[in-house]
Amino acid sequence: MEKRALFRSSWLPYALLAPQLAVTVIFFFLPAGQALYQSLLIQDPFGGNLQFVWFDNFKELFNDPLYLASFKVTAVFSLLVAGLGLSISLVLAVFADRIVRGSGVYKTLLIWPYAVAPAIAGVLWLFLLNPTLGVVAYWLKVHGVDWNYLLYGDQALLMVVIAAVWKQVSYNFLFFLAGLQSIPKSLLEAAAIDGAGPVKRFATIVFPLLSPTTFFLLVVNVVYAFFDTFGIIDAATSGGPGQATEILVYKVYKDGFKGLDLGGSAAQSVILMAIVITLTVVQFRYVERKVQY
Amino acid sequence: MIENRPYLTVVSHIVLLLGVAIVAFPVYVTLIASTHTAPEVLQAPMSLLPGSHFVDNYLAVLAHGAGESGAGVGRMMLNSLISALVIAIGKIAISLLSAFAVVYFRFRFRQFFFWMIFVTLMLPVEVRILPTYKVASDLGMLDTYAGMTIPLIASATATFLFRQFFLTIPDELAEAARIDGAGPMRFFWDVVVPLSRPSIAALFVILFIYGWNQYLWPLLVTTQEEMYTTVIGIKRMISGGDAATEWNLVMATAMLAMLPPALVVMLMQKWFVKGLVDSEK
Repeated sequence: MEKRALFRSSWLPYALLAPQLAVTVIFFFLPAGQALYQSLLIQDPFGGNLQFVWFDNFKELFNDPLYLASFKVTAVFSLLVAGLGLSISLVLAVFADRIVRGSGVYKTLLIWPYAVAPAIAGVLWLFLLNPTLGVVAYWLKVHGVDWNYLLYGDQALLMVVIAAVWKQVSYNFLFFLAGLQSIPKSLLEAAAIDGAGPVKRFATIVFPLLSPTTFFLLVVNVVYAFFDTFGIIDAATSGGPGQATEILVYKVYKDGFKGLDLGGSAAQSVILMAIVITLTVVQFRYVERKVQY
Repeated sequence: MIENRPYLTVVSHIVLLLGVAIVAFPVYVTLIASTHTAPEVLQAPMSLLPGSHFVDNYLAVLAHGAGESGAGVGRMMLNSLISALVIAIGKIAISLLSAFAVVYFRFRFRQFFFWMIFVTLMLPVEVRILPTYKVASDLGMLDTYAGMTIPLIASATATFLFRQFFLTIPDELAEAARIDGAGPMRFFWDVVVPLSRPSIAALFVILFIYGWNQYLWPLLVTTQEEMYTTVIGIKRMISGGDAATEWNLVMATAMLAMLPPALVVMLMQKWFVKGLVDSEK
């Protein structure tokens, strides 16, 4: 789609674009180029002795058991966040869609966690699950669960998953509810007249018609789990115990800022960029709801 | 309603109430913890009924924060507010301008510039942390509001959103404006911006929350306590370990950090939902 009515000016459009492009070049392209370049170098932490090593940093990464472990943690983490987040919010949305009166109230009461910062979500759940003073941790102990996320990696991972899902349910819920409300009621009525009960209608009509929404949300949730959960991890567990909750994004930060391994951290950045690009392409290529270019 | 199944309606309400309760529970406990004294919170299990130190705790954190970080939360909230506003307004402003250029002008490299903006979608801060930090520090932007906001205000999403919207503005308006002798900037201010108001409002809600909740970037660029945002302040308060942490004050700070964005979502729900749906298109 193009405009027929246009304005003419030899300089104005460039001036209008200038602020956006300046920020983009200085804070996006320059650093990204730097990351690419540095990923091919080795430098000692004190800034001297720069060496060009081609793809050694990458080779080293993929031979590094800690990095591979971080990949695995990220995979498990994002699967759990996306899986749990989508199923819980789908259940809530399906029930909210059924209710005629009061669904607006439920909606208001369910959407506000979107506004909570990830780091704060991490702190809230940390407080509930803290082995010495957490309220939920206390209940778990009373019921015989040996709860201590400072010792058990699985429990730490579970904690950050819960915090991440808690925050994301509101978003998924809104989109599922909108998707459900856009399904033509006549289809469901016809099925009901033919004798299909609520469960059968959901499985054969509602869920298939909802699949574009589901797929879209799946991609969004995976992106969320990969990148936006940094605050949750940093505030709640700092990647520990050991490496149990060290997702890729957290490792880039840790190796770069705390470990001062510039080449290795840059190589990790490049791999992450490749992942984001893949996810963005998937999102735009296969997801129905998209802008037209 | 397809058919009347009273028991299913009851089940629906039960499930939803349960959902609301689980979603609200952590915040309830936070609120309660922020009304107790520090020793009361450390007692396991903490009482789940409100304590009597609500006013004391909030006044204490607003004035001088908690633990070793000496900065008051009042100051932190001001920092959060400033950066959230600058990020939201800045993103909207530069996106409006660039979308206007891309839609209403034909010029060399138009497509190229458009793609340059698009590619920024694929470069979140998290994947280019170190070099971006280096650029900011070379420019002397550490511990400044400019450093906390400008690197975040390029926005592909907002630019696309406005571009999509501008394409729906009837051509007749631009033609009429030209016949009446209005230049492009006059047309921009008097026609395009007023027509975009709903999109601007919706985007503002989303971007305000985005700016308020920033974590990684302010964590890197702020080293002085008086530049901390509220979210960073909380992280610094709990980093001393269990024994040193005054949880009642931390929880009061958490409540204060959640309040503004949560209020924005609840009070501007219509714009919030529109913003979410629009920005994901």
